[in-house]
Amino acid sequence: MAEATRVGADSAAVHEVDSAGIQEMDPDAIHEMDSGAIHRKNERRPYGPLADSWRTYRLVAGMWIRSTMTYRASFALTLVTSFCVTFFDFVVILLMFGQVKGLGGFGFAEVALLYGTAGTSFGIADLTMGSLQRMGKRVRDGSLDTFLMRPAPLLAQVAADKFALRRFGRVAQGLLVLVWALLLLDVEWTPLKVLLLPVTVASGTVIFASVMVLGASTLFWMQDAAEVTNSFTYGGNTLLQYPPTIFAQELVRGVVYVVPLAFVSWLPALYVLGRPAPAGVPEWAAFVSPLVAAVCCGVAGLAWRAGIRSYRSTGS
Amino acid sequence: MLRLYATVAAGGFRRHATYRVATAAGVFTNTVFGFVLSYTYIALWDERPQLGGYSIDDALAYVWIGQALITVCGMMGGGFEDELIERIRTGDIAVDLYRPADLQAWWFSAHAGRSAYQLLGRGVVPMAVGALAFHFTLPSGPGGWIAFLVAVALGSTVGFAIWYLVAMSAFWLLDGQGVVQVAWLGGLFFSGMLLPLNVFPGALGEVARMLPWASLLQVPADVYLGKYVGWELAGAYAFQGCWALVLFGAGRAAQAAATRKVVVQGG
Amino acid sequence: MRAVPFIELESLEKVFTVRVRGNAGLFRREKREVRAVDGISFAVERGEMVGYIGPNGAGKSTTIKMLTGILTPSGGRLRVAGIDPARERTRLAQRIGVVFGQRTTLWWDLPLKDSYRLMHRMYRIPDARFRENLDRCVELLELGELLDVPVRQLSLGQRMRGDIAAALLHDPEVLYLDEPTIGLDVVSKARVREFLRDLNTSRGTTVLLTTHDLTDIEQLCSRVMVIDHGRLMYDGELSGLHAVGESERLLMVDLERELPPITDVPGSRFVRSEGPRQWLAFPATTSAAPLVAAVAAKYPLLDLSVREPDIEAVIAKMYGGTREERRESLR
Repeated sequence: MAEATRVGADSAAVHEVDSAGIQEMDPDAIHEMDSGAIHRKNERRPYGPLADSWRTYRLVAGMWIRSTMTYRASFALTLVTSFCVTFFDFVVILLMFGQVKGLGGFGFAEVALLYGTAGTSFGIADLTMGSLQRMGKRVRDGSLDTFLMRPAPLLAQVAADKFALRRFGRVAQGLLVLVWALLLLDVEWTPLKVLLLPVTVASGTVIFASVMVLGASTLFWMQDAAEVTNSFTYGGNTLLQYPPTIFAQELVRGVVYVVPLAFVSWLPALYVLGRPAPAGVPEWAAFVSPLVAAVCCGVAGLAWRAGIRSYRSTGS
Repeated sequence: MLRLYATVAAGGFRRHATYRVATAAGVFTNTVFGFVLSYTYIALWDERPQLGGYSIDDALAYVWIGQALITVCGMMGGGFEDELIERIRTGDIAVDLYRPADLQAWWFSAHAGRSAYQLLGRGVVPMAVGALAFHFTLPSGPGGWIAFLVAVALGSTVGFAIWYLVAMSAFWLLDGQGVVQVAWLGGLFFSGMLLPLNVFPGALGEVARMLPWASLLQVPADVYLGKYVGWELAGAYAFQGCWALVLFGAGRAAQAAATRKVVVQGG
Repeated sequence: MRAVPFIELESLEKVFTVRVRGNAGLFRREKREVRAVDGISFAVERGEMVGYIGPNGAGKSTTIKMLTGILTPSGGRLRVAGIDPARERTRLAQRIGVVFGQRTTLWWDLPLKDSYRLMHRMYRIPDARFRENLDRCVELLELGELLDVPVRQLSLGQRMRGDIAAALLHDPEVLYLDEPTIGLDVVSKARVREFLRDLNTSRGTTVLLTTHDLTDIEQLCSRVMVIDHGRLMYDGELSGLHAVGESERLLMVDLERELPPITDVPGSRFVRSEGPRQWLAFPATTSAAPLVAAVAAKYPLLDLSVREPDIEAVIAKMYGGTREERRESLR
C-alpha cells in the first residue's frame, strides 16, 4: 500500500497517454494485424498504475526470493542473524534499564512502546523499500537503463531489486517488543487509543518509506550520497526509540516540523501513554499521522519524478 | 616488495579520497548519530553518574570516538569484504592468487591506506563538531593523543583481520552474507558501539571485554580517556596485538586452504 | 497506402552539459556543452537490418537510448513504430527488444527458464504465444539442455544466446543489438549471426546492430550507417563504405630470411617489416589472390595471412586523421 501510492505518481502520466486512444491513429495497425501480432491490440492495460506497480514488485521480489533460496543454508543463517542483530539492538535498552529505573522520566514499558512502534514501522519500510538506497550503484554502472527498457514502473522495479527476505527479522523483532510493551503497560485503554496503534504503525511505515524514496531520488543527481538517507532512516529510528524528553528541544522541533519523523511514533505514542506532546505541539497532532504520511508520499512522488526526468535528460 | 605494498596503500588512500560526496555524506551521518547517542548517554548518566567508571564527559567523548572510528576500525564492515567476496564468488580471485604479491598483504595495504584516509576525512570533523556541541574529555597532552593513535592503528589492524577472515568464508559458503551478518553483529554490539562494554553487567561484560571486537573501540577509547597507566597501557596494546596475530594467522590458514581448493578445482 | 518508415529520425539532437573541475579553484566548476548526437536524420523501413557503427564515444549508445525512450532528445523529431519513445516509454517497451553484449539481463543464480518466466509475466505475453516463441528460440538457438542450468554456469556464448532469446519472447518488432558477438568464439559468433539472419528474413523483425566486428556487418547487414562526433557520416551499402574510406587490407608475409622491403609488387604498398616478416597494404575492394601469387613468384614465402580492416580503421581513414594515425590503426 505504502509503495503503491508513490509508484502511482510514476506511471500515472504514461497511463493517461495509454488511454487517450492513440492506438486508433497508429499507422502500423494494419500491418500488425497482418503479421499476427494481434495480442498487442489488447495491450490497453486493464490494470491501474497502482496494481501495475504492485504486480511488478511481486514479480521481481519473487525472483530475488528464489535466487536467495538457491543458497538455503546461507539464507537460514542470515535470517537468524538479522533477527539477532536487531535483538541485540534492543538488548542495549535492556542493559540501560538494568542500570537505571527510568530514562528522561519514562519507565521501561513506555520506552518499549516507543521502540516497538518505531521499530515495526521502520522494519516494514526497510523490508519493502530498503533496497532503494543501493540504487546509486545501478545509476553509476548503467544497469538502471535495463529497468527503463521494460514495460513496468521503474520505482517498483528498483524497490524490489535485491529484495531480501532476511530483513523480515527486523519486523519480527519490532513486533515482539511492541507486544511485550502492550503486556507490561498500565494504560487506561479507550477505543480511540486501540484504533490509534495500527494506524500509527501504518502511517509510520509510509513516512519512513517516503523518506527512503526521497533519498533514492537524490541518487539520480549524486550517486554517492546514499548515506545521508541513513541518518534519517536508521538515525531517525534510533532517535524515536528514546523519549523526546531527553533530547534538546530544537532537535525535537526539527523532527516535528522539518523532517516529520515525530509523527511516526512519538506523538501518537505519547497520547496513548497519556503524556503531553513535546515542544509546544498541540495535542491533536497525535491524530494527524495519516495526513502527514500522505503529504510525505506526495513530496516523495514528486521528487522521484523529478529524479527520473533529470536522469532521462542527462543520462548520468 | 615493501615498495609495492606502500604503493598499494597510497592507492587505497587516493582511491577513497576521490569520493568527496560519499565522505561528506558519511560525516553528516556520523554527526547525526553522534547527537542522538549523546543525548541518550546524557539521560543515562544523569540517572547514574559514574556509570561504568565513566564521568558524563568521558561518556560523551566515548560517543564521538565511536563515530569517528566506525569506518577506521571497521565496526560496521571493513569496507573491502564485499568486493573481495564478489571476486571470490565470480572466480576472479584466481587471478589474484597467481599474482606474485601475497593476497592478504595486498588487501591489508589497501586497507591501511583507506583507514588513514577515513581517519582524516571522516574522523576529524565529527570529533570536532562533537567537541564544540558538548564538553567532553580530551587527552592530557600530545602523549595521550599519540598513545590513542597507536591503539587506533592496532584496532584498525584487528578490524581488517576479522573482515578478511569473514571474506575467506566465501570460498566455502558461496553466498557469504550469513557470515557477514554474524560479523556485523559482533562489530556492532561487542565493540561497544551501542553501549560501552564496561556498562555491560557481570559475566556478559567480562566475556565481551575479552573478545577481539573490544580492540576496535573499547580499548582505543580507554587509552584516549587515560584509563591505562604505566604497564597497563602495554597490556592493552598486547591484548590488541595478540588478537591481531591470532586473526591474521587464521586468515592466512584459510587463505592457504582456499588456494589449494582453487588450484585443485582449476579456478 | 503510403509506407511510413518504421524508425524515423529528423535532426535528432542530444546535448549534455558536463561540469568540469576548472583551474579557477577547488569548488568552481566550469560548464561545458557536449553534443553527443548532433543533428542525425535517417529512416529505417520495417524488416531492414542495419549496422550502426562508429568509434567509441561517437554517439551510438546515446542514439540507442533515445530510440528506446530512456533519454529525452534535446531537439529534433523521433518516431519508432509511430510512437514518440520519450513520451511513451513503457508502451514502446512492449514492441522493442534490446540485447547488450556486455550486460546480461538474465538472473545469475536461477535456471535460465526462470528468467523467461519473468519475461512472460512482465511483458504479459499470452501463454500460447509465449510457448510458441520459446520453443522456436530453444530450437534455433539450441537452448534445450540449458533451460534448467543456473545462468552463472553458462559459458559466454550460451549466455548470449540466452539473452537474445529473452529479448524476443514478446515478439518485438525491432531488435536493438549492442555488440552481440563481443567475446564469443568463432562457432558461437556464427550461430548468433545465423539466428539473426533467420529472424530477419522469416519473421521480418527489424534489426539495428552496433558492433566493432566488421564481419558482423558484412554477413548480416545490407546497409550500414557510420556515426562520428554525433553526426551521420555515411549511410549506404557496406561496399560503398570501403570505396569511400579507401580502406586497405593488410597482407602479412613471412619470408625465409630478412629481405629488403617488397616494393615491386603492383597494387600493393609496403607498410613495415620486422625481421623476415613484412606487411603490405592493398585496397579492400580488390582480391588478395593475384597479389599473393605475385609475391610468391618473386620471393621465398613461408607463410602469409590477410587482415581485414576494422571499423575504427575504416572510419579513421574516412574522416581526417593523419597518415601516421591511419597506419597505427591498421596495425
